[in-house]
Amino acid sequence: MERKTVNVTIDGRSLDVEQGSTILQAAREFGMHIPTVCYMENLTPYGGCRICVVEIGYDGGSKTFIDTSCTHEVKEGMVIQTQSPRIIRARKMLAELLVASAPNVKIAQDIAARMGLLKVRFPMEDNRCILCGLCIRMCYEQMDGKALGFVGRGMGRKVSMPFEVRPDTCHLCRGCDYVCPGVIVPCQGVTDPGELCGRCVRIEEMPSCCSMGTFGCFCEQNPL
Amino acid sequence: MRKIKSVSDLERWKENIFSREKQDEVIISVCGGTGCHAYGCKKVRDEFAKIIRKNGDVKEIRLRYTGCRGFCERGPIVTIQPQGIFYQRVQEKDVPLILSETVEKGKILEHLLYEDAITKRKVTSEKEIPFYKAQHRLVLGNNGQIEPTKIEDYIGIGGYQALSKALFEMKPEQIIDEIRASGLRGRGGAGFLTGKKWEDCRKAPGELKYIICNCDEGDPGAYMDRSLLEGNPHSVLEGMMIGAYAISGSHGYIYVRHEYPLACKNAETAITQARKAGFLGKNILGSGFDFDVEIAKGGGAFVCGESTALIASIEGRVGEPRSKQVHTVTRGLWGKPTNLNNVETWANVPLIINKGSQWFSSMGTEKSKGTKIFSLVGKVKNTGLVEVPMGITLKEIIFDIGGGQQDGKRIKAVQTGGPSGGCIPASLFDLPVDFDSLTQVGSMMGSGGMIVMDEGTCMVDVAKYFVHFLQEESCGKCLPCREGLKRMGEILDRITEGKGNEEDLSLLEELAEVVADTSLCGLGKTAPNPVLSALRYFRPEFEAHIHQKRCPAAVCTPLIKYSISESDCTGCGACAKICPTQAIKGEKKQNHFILAEICSKCGSCIDVCKANAVMVQ
Repeated sequence: MERKTVNVTIDGRSLDVEQGSTILQAAREFGMHIPTVCYMENLTPYGGCRICVVEIGYDGGSKTFIDTSCTHEVKEGMVIQTQSPRIIRARKMLAELLVASAPNVKIAQDIAARMGLLKVRFPMEDNRCILCGLCIRMCYEQMDGKALGFVGRGMGRKVSMPFEVRPDTCHLCRGCDYVCPGVIVPCQGVTDPGELCGRCVRIEEMPSCCSMGTFGCFCEQNPL
Repeated sequence: MRKIKSVSDLERWKENIFSREKQDEVIISVCGGTGCHAYGCKKVRDEFAKIIRKNGDVKEIRLRYTGCRGFCERGPIVTIQPQGIFYQRVQEKDVPLILSETVEKGKILEHLLYEDAITKRKVTSEKEIPFYKAQHRLVLGNNGQIEPTKIEDYIGIGGYQALSKALFEMKPEQIIDEIRASGLRGRGGAGFLTGKKWEDCRKAPGELKYIICNCDEGDPGAYMDRSLLEGNPHSVLEGMMIGAYAISGSHGYIYVRHEYPLACKNAETAITQARKAGFLGKNILGSGFDFDVEIAKGGGAFVCGESTALIASIEGRVGEPRSKQVHTVTRGLWGKPTNLNNVETWANVPLIINKGSQWFSSMGTEKSKGTKIFSLVGKVKNTGLVEVPMGITLKEIIFDIGGGQQDGKRIKAVQTGGPSGGCIPASLFDLPVDFDSLTQVGSMMGSGGMIVMDEGTCMVDVAKYFVHFLQEESCGKCLPCREGLKRMGEILDRITEGKGNEEDLSLLEELAEVVADTSLCGLGKTAPNPVLSALRYFRPEFEAHIHQKRCPAAVCTPLIKYSISESDCTGCGACAKICPTQAIKGEKKQNHFILAEICSKCGSCIDVCKANAVMVQ
């Protein structure tokens, strides 16, 4: 069967991508990098972290708008910019917000490093949960557990089981644990925990504290 | 009640209602809106009912318990027809007097009349009161004519005529054309063209389509949707029915927050009555069109006013918005095409169908047609609900209808659009009010809140209030709204505590722009407006807080200091007596002084000082 394709322009390159795919999928298919936090293949896109925002416009039109690439589907004639100044500025600020709220979560530090963040202008907190909702979607969609959900709103929002009691539907599969980015603690060699790290990608030589001896490993092996 | 099965049935019913009305009948209307309830209108009405019953049928008197009249500040409001006498601030004890003097003898009670604040002249009738004079009460006006719980009253003023016209004289496409030609735009805030929305929904593929009325109004200080649903629920229902017929929707929901008990009750009653009368259900008026409505009560989350969050809430899920690339008109409630409009939008529909799109589009500006209800509150003399044609200037609303400044302090700004809107400075008061002009100056129409501020209002404090409100009401799904608003709140807290620095302002601006750019839904996208507009027009106030550690409006407690003027103090000792922290010292008949380190800055001394000797800096 022939695949139906639509023509879109991503960062100046004209591409034929599969109809019905999201901008993120299309970009990744062609090896273009868009950073994400709350996105995981085979789980429903959530659009919560907003890190994957891109600037979207249409052929011939001067108007552009910003939306998350993980939720926005491609359409014929779309002109997408993943690295425009507006996007870089927004992503940098989002990274700053993220790392200020959860400096001890590896992905937050990684994103901050990727965005080249040098200073955090907000008071540092120490949250371990970044409310990405991966565990909930994993439990609900892949494991048929339905044991987790969000409770509360705004600043009081947290992930919890119904009435804080483990329901019978939980199979103890540890799927939530497996996908949780909060359980991966960042490298703590260069700076005090709770500070902005991410220096490994900015310094020239490998620090002696790097136990793995593969300085900057996550950049190649685990692209953000 | 007999079921209405055809147009002629409806006509007969209407004539029947007319024939029962007597010419010399006296109608006493007591306002039963939520505002007047707080002033004790229920007692007033009960007293009227008691005395009328006791006196027997000396004269034909009909007592009406109407919906909100808009002039809530002067409640409880009582009007007497046919003379058209307007009594305000009526108490229980005034009731026998009204009945014996005004109704029996036709004498007017001077002390209950409205007094013009400027000319000091007593005004007898509603139409002459400046508050009502400049208004154009098309939608809201009927509130005072009918009892919301009586369908007969609504039929009597020509209710459900638009429905029968739509069902029997118009095709669905014609209705949509008519609405589009009228230029009606969504009154919920965004101002999307209603006709376009209906058309998109009609064209969306699918058999089953839903109609939703959004009454999840939650802006601080705004209550026009509540008053409309409370005071004239049938007009909203009629609008929904016409919309449903045009879109070919078969089921409707009225989403109303449970904090509006009277609106819930009146809407419920109206639905039951409409069902009994045959306006809802199968084969409406014998046209073969089926439609039914039910009420969905919301838990009162502000974010549930957003269409996708509202739909999630009706479906029984957590009220959280989703990405809106696919609009609700294509995939909404239960995945079906859904047309969602605000209460006021629905209430405008029967008017347009009855009087035609030309009549409607003759009012307003080029791109915004018709009238808009605003809730005018804050530091003006007359507060309440005002309905004005689009294009009227802010000056006219604030000074002509609102009566201008309250107590000697100059009006400096008006906040429109609630937490999503912004502050407009007095220098822009000549601005004609419509959707586009308000957006241009950095505010927005919103659902119609209008808070007037004078020199005693600190703009930093106002920005802080709205940011904290939104921070509480944010659903927390997306990072910029959840974390960004929290950080904005922290920065503003710092500034009002006198701990701000120069970088804070640029950081605040940068953060605000990113939050607006990247947030998921309308709540986050518009959340920085109060801050950005305050920074745009009132930057010196922010700078005074940061550089001089001074609050120009003397509002932010950490930055103000109380002192007693030596020349004015009479040494009466009243302030020392009331001071909760015993921070005021001084001998009798001698000058008093305040110990700054103990003073809790509660302001009690200002309230008791008869010599106005207490100063705030």
